[in-house]
Amino acid sequence: MLRYALKRLISLIISLAVASLVIFFVIEVAPGDPAQFMLGMNAQPDTLAALRAELGLDVPKWERYLDWVGGMLTGDFGTSYTYRTPVADMVADRLWVSLPLALYALTLSTLIAFPAGIYAAARRGRAGDVAVMGATQLGVAIPNFWFAMMLVLIFAINLRWFGAGGFAGWDKGFWAGIHSLTLPAIALALPQAAILARVMRSSLLDILGEDFMRTARAKGLSRRQALWRHGLRNALIPVLTIIGLQFAFLMAGAIIIEQVFYLPGLGRLIFQSISARDLIVVESVVMLLVFAVIVVNFLVDLAYAAVDPRLRSRT
Amino acid sequence: MSLLQIEDLSLSIHGAPILRDVSLSIAPGEVHAVTGESGSGKSMTALAILQLLPNGAQATGRVVLDGVDVLTLSETQMCDIRGNDVGMVFQEPMTALNPVKTIGDQVMETILIHTALPRDRARQRAAEVLGRVGLPQDRFPLTRYPHELSGGQRQRVVIAMAIALRPKLLIADEPTTALDVTTQAQILDLLKTLVAEDGMGMLMITHDLAVVADMADRITVMRRGEVVESAPTRALLSGMRHDYTKMLFAASRHRVDLPPCPAPVPLLQVRNVSRDYRLPRKGLFGKPGWFRAVRDVSFTIQKGERVGLVGESGCGKSTLTRAILGLEPVQEGQILLGDQPVFTGHRPNLAVRRRMQVVFQDPYGSFNPRHRVGRLITEPFHLLADPPRGAAREAAIAEALTAVGLTPGDAGKYIHEFSGGQRQRIAIARALIIRPELILFDEAVSALDVSVRAQILDLLAELCRQYDLTYLFISHDLSVVRSVTDRVMVMQAGEIVEEGPTREVLERPSHPYTQRLIAAAPVLPDLGAA
Repeated sequence: MLRYALKRLISLIISLAVASLVIFFVIEVAPGDPAQFMLGMNAQPDTLAALRAELGLDVPKWERYLDWVGGMLTGDFGTSYTYRTPVADMVADRLWVSLPLALYALTLSTLIAFPAGIYAAARRGRAGDVAVMGATQLGVAIPNFWFAMMLVLIFAINLRWFGAGGFAGWDKGFWAGIHSLTLPAIALALPQAAILARVMRSSLLDILGEDFMRTARAKGLSRRQALWRHGLRNALIPVLTIIGLQFAFLMAGAIIIEQVFYLPGLGRLIFQSISARDLIVVESVVMLLVFAVIVVNFLVDLAYAAVDPRLRSRT
Repeated sequence: MSLLQIEDLSLSIHGAPILRDVSLSIAPGEVHAVTGESGSGKSMTALAILQLLPNGAQATGRVVLDGVDVLTLSETQMCDIRGNDVGMVFQEPMTALNPVKTIGDQVMETILIHTALPRDRARQRAAEVLGRVGLPQDRFPLTRYPHELSGGQRQRVVIAMAIALRPKLLIADEPTTALDVTTQAQILDLLKTLVAEDGMGMLMITHDLAVVADMADRITVMRRGEVVESAPTRALLSGMRHDYTKMLFAASRHRVDLPPCPAPVPLLQVRNVSRDYRLPRKGLFGKPGWFRAVRDVSFTIQKGERVGLVGESGCGKSTLTRAILGLEPVQEGQILLGDQPVFTGHRPNLAVRRRMQVVFQDPYGSFNPRHRVGRLITEPFHLLADPPRGAAREAAIAEALTAVGLTPGDAGKYIHEFSGGQRQRIAIARALIIRPELILFDEAVSALDVSVRAQILDLLAELCRQYDLTYLFISHDLSVVRSVTDRVMVMQAGEIVEEGPTREVLERPSHPYTQRLIAAAPVLPDLGAA
């Protein structure tokens, strides 16, 4: 198990190194000079050169890459070209919104999907199964921004249970923050839950057809006992894969929901930075997201091994 | 009083009749074998006793177990009986165990679910039971996972789960079909011992008549959901009143007449071939280990010769087959067909590849279900530089299908319209269509019923006469190899340990491994003498 974890850790570090190279050089070759962009089209060549020197754009690319990576390792993400504030601070503020939102949505989606998927699989072909599958079909089909607006309409405008948008901040207490993230988390979670429930159901159905489930029944386990004791853990592998993918999406792909709810999240930051050619911010945020995805995948790998002993021994 | 009494059991699934008026009885301590070909309803009879039938099944009649008709019991009452009064062993040991739970947990589960024993006592009992089935704790601790055990060892775990609570009845559904002959002999011995020690009744379901004759006190022969004959073993073997029973036994001892071999001209030459597989690295920076699956194998197959290759699973038979087909490179040695190598540089040699074809074991998995038969059997045409087109192609399809006993009209059908035996004929047609010089049969009749197998073997003999076939027949079944080959090679742990004329090797084996193999194989009693 330890060796397995170590191997995954090494592959994590290599992935991060490759990703940082790709991100830096792809963004560097993208058209648009930040200094030119900041000073406008009529800037004097000497002011332009001065600004480029100040931003550190005049040194060779390799040197800037190493500076960038070295800085990130020590928590220094550089200074935003447009706002002239440390990128680390900007990202940290946004991360305190995006990360809790993603975790919140993922928790909700798992809490909905597991019971729904298990229920549907246990009642395959019967009314309960058809109803759950119909609901997940809807959940997959409905665009989440439309669903978000419906949530606002019902729970914020009519019932006034939640605010229509904005983020209260964590300084007013944990529950105030959670409260203002609830509607966006639901809007994000439902489509994910629909997908996850379908994966859970089909994965369980595959397992229910396995020989060892029949063996379990022949020992005297009831249908339900066999499903819980022998089915669930075996069905978990594909589900874990999807959960890992969904977390990655929730971190970076929440931009539309952030717009609908006026949330100061990473998605909006990245969008604004791209429009402003604030490359250093773009690079840092993308790197951060890649980091999050790779770490989540690492955790998913560890979870696989915890679930399946065959992976532990196959080092 | 009998332990199990099945009376007029009829079963239908979604209205389709599966069993009709099946009656049989088992006394305590008796081994009752139910035999028959696939689709005869023997497994369904077993599942009906445990009420583990598929959805939509409707059973009528009486299944009286120890005085209680189980068909009238509720699901909860059935759960109390399963695993407690009746234990069951299944065919496929590789998949019958939950891969994510330890063997100890799985054996303990049977005990915990039916008794009020505390966990540590249950664990102790599980260890005792595993010891009883030949998995002592010093070598097979409870913490082992199924993937750390071989097929035979896994089957022992399944048996341990079934007998943990000393049930009155043990049902074994093809318990050794998936195992090698030597392992099969051990498992059959174990079952016999357990039945004798515990005084259990055993219902044994198997298609293998040699196993039946060896194990059973009483035999029931089934066909298409009905019992055709049932009698004590000795009486049934000597009497055989029903034509179907006679046919079954005749088919399993079926011999074919091969035409004589032509004068020897070397066709396939395998010279000092070794094949290595890379093992996972031991340490992070350690060197990867190598596993030598085939070691220094040399042999020659003459034109027109029929050669058998036997050995247990994992002995390297399949690896050698793949190497001969040029599907994988070999690490040492050379394989020549005619005088050309099958593998040149980093790819199979097409010029040689088109002179060889292969027929695989599984008649269900080896065809693309979306293609028609005409397209399926012309697949080898890809190997030809100038494949026949139009009328020539149609003529080739018609000839190949006719040669294997089908009709040209079958070319327009899909594969699901054919039975297992017909599919294997189609597989042979696919191999024949480009008139290869060598055909490899990889367990090609192992999945077939005895009567179908006899027909396919006849077909092979007939094709030998018509086309002067040369083939390598790979099988674990010695009786089949005896029938359709002139020469046989015995493989063990990657090496060929013995070879010679088939009759000679099988009757007077010189290598200890061959002797073990032959001794372990169950043999039909000679009925002429009975």
